[in-house]
Amino acid sequence: MAPILQLTGICKRFPGVVALDEVSLAADRGEVVALIGENGAGKSTLMKILGGVHQPDAGQIILAGSAVTIRSVADAVKHGIGFVHQELNNLDNLEIAANLFLGREPLWAGPLRLIDRRAMVEASRPHLERLGLKIDPRTPLRQLSLAQQQLVEIAKALSQNARILVLDEPTSSLTATETERLLATVTDLRGQGVSIIYISHRLGEIGRIADRVVALRDGRNAGELGRGQINHDNMVRLMIGRDLKSFYVPGVGQHHPARLRLQGLRTSAWPSQAVSFDAAGGEILTFAGLVGSGRSELAQAIFGVTPPLDGRISLDGKELTIRGSRDAINAGIYLAPEDRRKTGLVTSMTIRENVTLPGLRDHAPAGLIRRGRESETTDRQIAAMQIRAPSRESRVMNLSGGNQQKVVLGKWLALKPKVLIVDEPTRGIDVGAKAEIYRLLRALADTGVAVIVISSDMEEVLGISDRIAVMREGAIAGILDRSRFSEVAVMNLAFGKAPTNTAASAAATASN
Amino acid sequence: MKKELGIGVLLLLLCVAVAILNPKFLSATNLQNQARLIGIYGIFSIGLGIIIITGGIDLSVGSVFAFQGVLVAIALREWHFAWPIAVMGSIFVVMGLGLFHAVLITRLRLQPFIVTLCGLLMYRSIARSAAADETKGFADENFGPLRWLASGDLGPVPMQFIALLVVAAIMWVVLHRSVYGRYLYAVGRNEEASRYSGINTGMVIGGAYVLGMLLAGIAGIQLAFYTNSISPSGHGMSYELLGIAAAVLGGCSLRGGEGSIVGILLGTALLRVLQNLVILLGIPSSWNDFVMGAVILIGVTLDELLTNRVKRPKHPDAGPVSPSREPLPV
Repeated sequence: MAPILQLTGICKRFPGVVALDEVSLAADRGEVVALIGENGAGKSTLMKILGGVHQPDAGQIILAGSAVTIRSVADAVKHGIGFVHQELNNLDNLEIAANLFLGREPLWAGPLRLIDRRAMVEASRPHLERLGLKIDPRTPLRQLSLAQQQLVEIAKALSQNARILVLDEPTSSLTATETERLLATVTDLRGQGVSIIYISHRLGEIGRIADRVVALRDGRNAGELGRGQINHDNMVRLMIGRDLKSFYVPGVGQHHPARLRLQGLRTSAWPSQAVSFDAAGGEILTFAGLVGSGRSELAQAIFGVTPPLDGRISLDGKELTIRGSRDAINAGIYLAPEDRRKTGLVTSMTIRENVTLPGLRDHAPAGLIRRGRESETTDRQIAAMQIRAPSRESRVMNLSGGNQQKVVLGKWLALKPKVLIVDEPTRGIDVGAKAEIYRLLRALADTGVAVIVISSDMEEVLGISDRIAVMREGAIAGILDRSRFSEVAVMNLAFGKAPTNTAASAAATASN
Repeated sequence: MKKELGIGVLLLLLCVAVAILNPKFLSATNLQNQARLIGIYGIFSIGLGIIIITGGIDLSVGSVFAFQGVLVAIALREWHFAWPIAVMGSIFVVMGLGLFHAVLITRLRLQPFIVTLCGLLMYRSIARSAAADETKGFADENFGPLRWLASGDLGPVPMQFIALLVVAAIMWVVLHRSVYGRYLYAVGRNEEASRYSGINTGMVIGGAYVLGMLLAGIAGIQLAFYTNSISPSGHGMSYELLGIAAAVLGGCSLRGGEGSIVGILLGTALLRVLQNLVILLGIPSSWNDFVMGAVILIGVTLDELLTNRVKRPKHPDAGPVSPSREPLPV
């Protein structure tokens, strides 16, 4: 019998990148297929193609033996493919029944098209019961826990006769008990003949429920594991092992003693985890880990935009009190955030206005801004960062990603940093600009600055760092020196050697 | 600057047209009276403009005029306060209302629209109750130089207009040359990024509401003496909307982060000339508000169409982060 779902030879190119190269994936009726891979391996792109968000450049989607074209999300639903995304896409201002039947509400009164609420509520019950949800369908969605909302999403997919259900990181925000219940639901659905594509970073869960594991690496199939072969080591082995170019340039500076020292810092994202580490002047310390492991939250706590709950931060031996970003900036600790356009820059303003924004008072004796001083600072930073723009009065929104990132760096470097934290320095930036940014970061470290990089790009992590700190579920799982650098070492720390245990899940709960 | 130029040209054309159709437009009395009104409207419109630049709104201004007018009239005529104390005191009280709005908006994160809408409802009611719904006024008393300061003339030039020039000059420096002004634009356009640059966004936004009320307080004194009698149920009614209209017509965006002093001044003048035009051209006064509404609508429609035609910037903020979204390096 033909498998219910077969993706063969799927290719997808975006300008400058091959996201998927001849990828294949199949699922039988009632099979749980786990899809694994590092950040950026192509899992999401593949699922977006299955869901009709992207069109493949080549390849076929075959459902129950016949080739189909999925042009839109509605098409996917029609073909019996249901998605439950990591970020729930529900309307929490409406009741459960209204969410289940959104866009296909039962109607009455003919041309008036009034909603037949009673029919809708009654029709909702069996779908909820099927998943063991004993809740009145008239309950507003916002009164439900995240886990229950997720089940409602699953119920919605099933009510649309989904034969194939894609679950994207379904347990990332669930408690240990909720996770157990979800895994039980998945097993139930498998028994009912639903095929499930299960995307997760939690290798422990995969070991328990998957019938087969498909690994992607760099947009290609990296191999498969059958029921008997699924274990932690095999999965990690499949995910890694690509050729990594190294850009490593050793620092010239003698390492200074620790400049930034954190002791027992706790963030509101992971209140149960205390983080301690030192960052030395002259080094590039990179934080690796899975997306959601608490790296950005740690950076935001050090920088004071979401002040730490507790713990000590000291700089050059002096203890700091950080209650807001102004405190960190005054101390010489700066953050180039992950989302340049939302938090790093005011994109409708000019390069000059962005570069001088944090240090505006230095350009404004008596509170009045001197354009001349602003221009001097800006021109100096444009030259130092090699920002390519028509003029210093160009609006930042019209620059390329690489040049925008240089504006962010320029704005902080104009202020003489002691510690610079750069979150995902090269996300969405082309190769040429990447190399320039690495060069800038290294040159900055050589002047004695403690440079802290947060990166999800393995090549970058191994390539530019002097030390790597790997985070997992809000805590530092380990810190590696250059002599111990390897993809396996980073991945083992990031995924955790042991299968997901209760303690780790409990910590995950706290993140909500 | 293009926006201001457009409004300026429109204003000029309108003035020429009205002057040709009815030469009375250029008569000394008419010009003087228009300057008087532009002065009053301009001052509080600048305040509203600054609040709008932060991405906020203040709907309470008209009610504040009634409240302040009653307060000043009672203080001067019934409590016999010295005029500087009555005037300064009323302005401080009004700024206190602004501070109250600011705290609710920046600390409790209430929406400016709701906070100031409640102000609109409450302050007029307080004014009516304090005046026992009677009209309060200044009769023919001068209160030292107060009447002259608030509504006199210096040579041929009305004091309200001179006050506007002074206020506009100071606010121009604040908005276009000071650190605070730059922060207003930054916060109005992207509050998060401003916070990530170390700006105390709450203070910047809150400050705008207090500053707006300072300017409303100054205009309120002028308005009270201009009308000379304050009927609490109607005094200053819907002036906040005219101020918002002037600011928007002058290039302030309700999305925040855009606008200029010159634009607000031109917007105010344009609205005044439109009202004047209705009278001078003998259009029934019932069409007054229609003309204003239509001109504003045409103005913002043209602006939207033109700016979007000319340069629709690449919208990098849309969509998921994928390499395909990145424009190539320049």
